[in-house]
Amino acid sequence: MAFLASDEEAEPVDLMNKRAVFKSWWLPIAFAMPQLLLIFFFFYWPATSVLTWAFSLEPAFGGVGERLFVGWDNFREVFADTEYWRSVSLSLLFAFGATALSMFIAFVLAICVDRQLKGSGLFRFFYIWPYAIAAPAVGLAFRFIFAPESGLIAVVNTWSPDLWNPAKFGSHAMILVVVCFAWKWIGYNFIFMTAGLQSIPRSLIEASAMDGSGPVRRAFDLQIPLLAPTLFFLLVLNLTESFVGPDTYGIVDLTTEGGPNKSTDVMVYRIVSEAFRGLNYSGAAAQSLVLIALIMLFTFIQFRYVERRVHYK
Amino acid sequence: MIERTPILNAVTYFIMFLGLLLILGPFWMIFAASTQSLAQVNTVPFNFMPGADFLHNLQAAWQRANLGPALFNSFVTSVLVMTGKIVVAALSAFAIVYFRSPLRHVFFWMVFLTLMLPLEVRVIPTYNIAADVFAPVRWLIQTLTGIELSLQWNLLNSYSGLVLPLIATATGTFLYRQFYMTLPDELAEAAKMDGARPWRFFIDILLPLSRTNMLALATIMFVYAWNQYLWPKLMTTEAEYRTAMVAMRTLVPSVNSLPEWNISMAGALIIMLPPLIVVAVLQRWFVRGLVSTEK
Repeated sequence: MAFLASDEEAEPVDLMNKRAVFKSWWLPIAFAMPQLLLIFFFFYWPATSVLTWAFSLEPAFGGVGERLFVGWDNFREVFADTEYWRSVSLSLLFAFGATALSMFIAFVLAICVDRQLKGSGLFRFFYIWPYAIAAPAVGLAFRFIFAPESGLIAVVNTWSPDLWNPAKFGSHAMILVVVCFAWKWIGYNFIFMTAGLQSIPRSLIEASAMDGSGPVRRAFDLQIPLLAPTLFFLLVLNLTESFVGPDTYGIVDLTTEGGPNKSTDVMVYRIVSEAFRGLNYSGAAAQSLVLIALIMLFTFIQFRYVERRVHYK
Repeated sequence: MIERTPILNAVTYFIMFLGLLLILGPFWMIFAASTQSLAQVNTVPFNFMPGADFLHNLQAAWQRANLGPALFNSFVTSVLVMTGKIVVAALSAFAIVYFRSPLRHVFFWMVFLTLMLPLEVRVIPTYNIAADVFAPVRWLIQTLTGIELSLQWNLLNSYSGLVLPLIATATGTFLYRQFYMTLPDELAEAAKMDGARPWRFFIDILLPLSRTNMLALATIMFVYAWNQYLWPKLMTTEAEYRTAMVAMRTLVPSVNSLPEWNISMAGALIIMLPPLIVVAVLQRWFVRGLVSTEK
């Protein structure tokens, strides 16, 4: 990863240009053509449709003709809907909960593994596994593990009925989806944190050990500050992924389906179900745009922050 | 490693073991459940010992979710996405890095922008275009020349439909761009001096050098494609093009039927195995791919 690459000062390299290049006007276009066609058909055209839909309405009764331009009306309608705001706050709760839980666990594990005690390679080998498992599979597995009448947690219901029932209580359902997402992303966060920790020069750790600092002290005063860019990057990435990522959709669809009583109806899930079940394209498109604005904000912050640290060796 | 800290080491091992339980616990539960009978799997508290019904459950799950064709579809899709992505990314990054055309920056930013909008938020219009790929072409020709064409190409329920939208993102392009940037300028200079044309340089020098990159990208793309859910779910209305991930939906015990979690878990086990094998066996490449695609 570039921003972990090296701490030695890179030569002032021209980042965008090679010294030696080939001359041809049509070859680069030919080489780029497959990608250009793909992103035109499957990215830019659909993306433009989202824009047009968000600001217009389908002609009534499925009739033919021009779409009716309605300005900001679709947005007004979306924002006036209390269900929508509920979905936004649920998404925020989900995103921050899952991110915090996942990053915390991954961080503790990464710090432990980075002490390089005997056998820690084996632990590292397994800690990466959750990332290989698809979100729907995680959802299905945890639906069983956390089921109210069988699995791991069901035992609490024998002490007192309904101590744990994600099919009945919204808060329990939310905990369930947060746990699924956090568990899956432990693997990913762990990979990046160990990569970040490994790029801290060993000599720095040793020097500070010579000065008499213990491992805990070093973790707080040395490793955490030096890991800050990685942590920040992961924070942004986890938040965006849990907000709009495919994993969120897969997990919710296989565990709670947005229920009970819409208590896990997060934004991604709502958009898709509104469009395909409710057939409300314009409303869904307007909601997508709001979501996109949020992601762009996240990505912008991330790119500005990360790009400053990019060196190419 | 540098000092003796017996207590802290014990604490570290303790935490690492807890972590191992947290990670491998669910895997073990899936496995144990998939070997038990219906009665065993529904006992409370959960019995962690494997039962004797493993083969029976696998068979039941295989039939119920029709896993044979589903796994085949997943496999074909994943391999196509993997190769498609590598080819497209290697070529377009070559165009960006090794030619100084004025359109280069425009192209770079066009590709970069695709990172902003995940498939989930543009899934409906993507679905529409997959149903009628040539709609933009028809529109363009009609506005330019006034001729109405009847060109049609429907991608729903086809491998192209499963694969193409997944290739249309920027991930691999940036990985390759970054890799080309790290190559010394002298390579291209020497090649040009020897009279190599761009195509020759690409085939004989860049491709062999990027073998590592290719493997890294291949592993993450395979896992990515195999684990796709929303897109295949929406666009395969016919059962014969269903992927394994979509077929998994049929394994969820419904409210009014028997809670056959043993069969669900057996199915889940089969479906999640291929990417798990890739990650476990090719872990070095997978980690490298993951770390280097994120800019």
